[in-house]
Amino acid sequence: MATYVAPVPQVNAHRAEREATGWTSWITTTDHKRIGIMYIVTTFVFFLMGGVEALMMRLQLGAPDNTLVTPTTYNQLFTMHGTTMVFLFVVPMMAGLANYFVPLMIGARDMAFPRLNALSYWLLLAGGIVFYSSVFWNPPEAGWVSFIPLANSTFSPSGGEDAWIYLIHLTGLSSLLGAINLYATIANMRAKGMSWGRLPLFVWTILTYSVLLIFALPVIAAAVTLLLTERHFGTHFFDPTEGGSPVLWQHLFWFFGHPEVYVMVLPGFGIISEILPVFARKPIFGYKAIAASTVAIAFLGFLTWAHHMFTAPVPDAILVFVMISSYFIAVPTGVKILNWIATLWRGSIELTTPLLFCAGAIGIFLIGGISGIFLATFPIDWQVNETYFVVAHLHFVLLGGAVMPIFGAIYYWFPKMSGKMLSEGLGKLSFALIFLGILTTFLIQHVMGLDGMPRRVYEYDNVGHLQLYNVISTVGSFILAAGVAVTVLNVVRSLRSGVTAGPDPWQANTLEWFTSSPPPANNFDVVPRVRSAEPMKDIRREIERRSSGAASDGAATVPAGARQVGV
Amino acid sequence: MGTALSTTLAFFTPQSGGSPNANQIDSLYKITLVIAIVIFAAVAGALLYALIRFRARKGNVAAQIRGNTRLEIGWTVAAAVILLALAVVTFAKLSSIQNPPNSGAEGDRLASDNGLLFASSERKLPPDGKALNIQVIGRQYIWQFVYPGASEPDGLGAPYSYEEMVVPTETTVSLDIVSSDVVHSWWIPELGGKFQAVPGYHNYTWFKISKPGIYRGQCAVLCGRGHARMIATVRAVPPAQFDAWLAGRKQQLTEANKDAQEARTKLSKQTGAGQVENP
Repeated sequence: MATYVAPVPQVNAHRAEREATGWTSWITTTDHKRIGIMYIVTTFVFFLMGGVEALMMRLQLGAPDNTLVTPTTYNQLFTMHGTTMVFLFVVPMMAGLANYFVPLMIGARDMAFPRLNALSYWLLLAGGIVFYSSVFWNPPEAGWVSFIPLANSTFSPSGGEDAWIYLIHLTGLSSLLGAINLYATIANMRAKGMSWGRLPLFVWTILTYSVLLIFALPVIAAAVTLLLTERHFGTHFFDPTEGGSPVLWQHLFWFFGHPEVYVMVLPGFGIISEILPVFARKPIFGYKAIAASTVAIAFLGFLTWAHHMFTAPVPDAILVFVMISSYFIAVPTGVKILNWIATLWRGSIELTTPLLFCAGAIGIFLIGGISGIFLATFPIDWQVNETYFVVAHLHFVLLGGAVMPIFGAIYYWFPKMSGKMLSEGLGKLSFALIFLGILTTFLIQHVMGLDGMPRRVYEYDNVGHLQLYNVISTVGSFILAAGVAVTVLNVVRSLRSGVTAGPDPWQANTLEWFTSSPPPANNFDVVPRVRSAEPMKDIRREIERRSSGAASDGAATVPAGARQVGV
Repeated sequence: MGTALSTTLAFFTPQSGGSPNANQIDSLYKITLVIAIVIFAAVAGALLYALIRFRARKGNVAAQIRGNTRLEIGWTVAAAVILLALAVVTFAKLSSIQNPPNSGAEGDRLASDNGLLFASSERKLPPDGKALNIQVIGRQYIWQFVYPGASEPDGLGAPYSYEEMVVPTETTVSLDIVSSDVVHSWWIPELGGKFQAVPGYHNYTWFKISKPGIYRGQCAVLCGRGHARMIATVRAVPPAQFDAWLAGRKQQLTEANKDAQEARTKLSKQTGAGQVENP
């Protein structure tokens, strides 16, 4: 009479290898989770270094005609800051998160090419070390865009520019290998039943991120190689007196540089698309539209590079074409934002730290997206480009599209990576400071730009209220920094004495929550069959059904093994 | 009240007031700003409302909605329509931003259809084809301005000035922007947008100033360590005063060249060396 629930087979490991420990186990590892953690920690350290550079710049600009740093140092600071944040923080941070979570989310035991994966990480670290070692000699000072002729050997004779070139090559190779690896993993190693229509949206964005990198990186690699031969081997690709063209550099750089923006923000969008449904307790609104808009943004992203060149000598036809293609990109981006709001609509929203970071990110990104419309309109761009208006724009885009989602991801996934919960109190404090800091620092910069303050200047005259605006911005940057410090404190504190998380502290939707926290080597004993885009929801429902069904029959309760394995 | 409003509006808008193109960009900006504020308020409002209204409470059950095709198609089309409207407005304004008007009655005699060193289809000229053509040369870290009036056919001997450009009011001034070293960017906010000075290229813009005054700007593309100090000033004076200034400038340069020539002759006599080359 008792319909006994068949126990799920358990795997008993006999003579299993002990998990390796000690520092040699880290430098020799090919485990995607350890490599992921190394990526995340390394890139976060670079983030802090780039942040210190930003604070030094804000201090210099805190007073008009300030002499805190020399013009040379100031140029080095913004070059290092921009390069660090793009090449050593956001892009590899996304690679780190993808490394850790893509295999877990698709039910794979590791990446497709584990040793290649380790190589990607070590190339990144090498790139960072080569670049930062220039601090002891001459750091580069031609800006993160290295416009030629300024970056050629006549105007930038120091080796700093070469360090920049090697950084692009090493981190580029790292990203390229990582992208191929991620693509291969996602294409081939999904759990049974995980069709393209059931792929978690974060994985969709990482797939797109990988394709963007594979198309865009060879172009910048070629461009910096041309720059290298220009500097050292007497070529004239960019020299107008010998038939070359400085505008060629701008085209090559931005053909890479604009897709790079989507490389940075699309995974951020993916994080938002994962976190919102979990804490709104609602499925994502319009899964297909969000996945499709990701791909549409990536495709259009390759057609808009010249909107960075509206003030360069380019024909009118290009101005018009690029304005229209840039407008087009606003459509799928707007679709995403509206889908996110619709996901929250009529939900039961738990205002946890990860959700707050994601909701804040939407608000911040919205400002950056809207100011982007001004910049896409080329006559307006002629006034506001190359000023603090564009500085504000790009920071709203990247802080909202990438950095705040990264913080959301840290709060969301830290329990999985460490097995410990982060403090919600400190998390909310950190969110409040970062959100307020961003608004204080960057909103006023729009006005500075409209008042005629160009970017990349180490000093300014106190005309109008420029001093006041700059002081506001400087104060804001320190609020932002305090918010980051609170999160660092939170992580350190939690690693020492955090509350144990358990496998699924958030009642989340995707497969990484199926295994223990932190997951063991090779991730899963059993990979469940996937039946929807939210496999963990199905699994929890199944457990509930069986346990309630069993209880009403007065039969034995679910065996302990079923709970552990989760079917 | 009126001034308070205009001050507030100026806070959010680019500088203008010097030249029709800057004014037209300003008005295009204001139209975009109004649309932007409406969109921002609607979207941010909806986001905030959802976060407050639908936060977890007892008895609050999340509706399990997975999408709504009609709604999604609706807002995709709406977004596209707004952008299309914006594109139409931009194209309607474009001609008045890109194409210069004829010079006023007073300045007409200063404008001419010659003096162009390089012809280009990218250079926009007034309907009558006449403008005062000034070449702007960017170099680390100073702007040079070369005016018409060359004594020799290839442009040599033309009057020039550094840092401060003097121009007549009521005259359409067409700028031919070049660079002699790295990339710079010409920008006087009140006189319209910025345009890069790129070695090997010619870039063009124009302005037409109605009232005398001083308009300030500075280089807008990183050009090296002295970038922040690469300032530019445009001083607009009545046409008659401009004539006098240009004649005076020419005179000064002629005298300076004569003095230099004499110094060179003297030097070559003293040292017995050959003619010292013109540096």
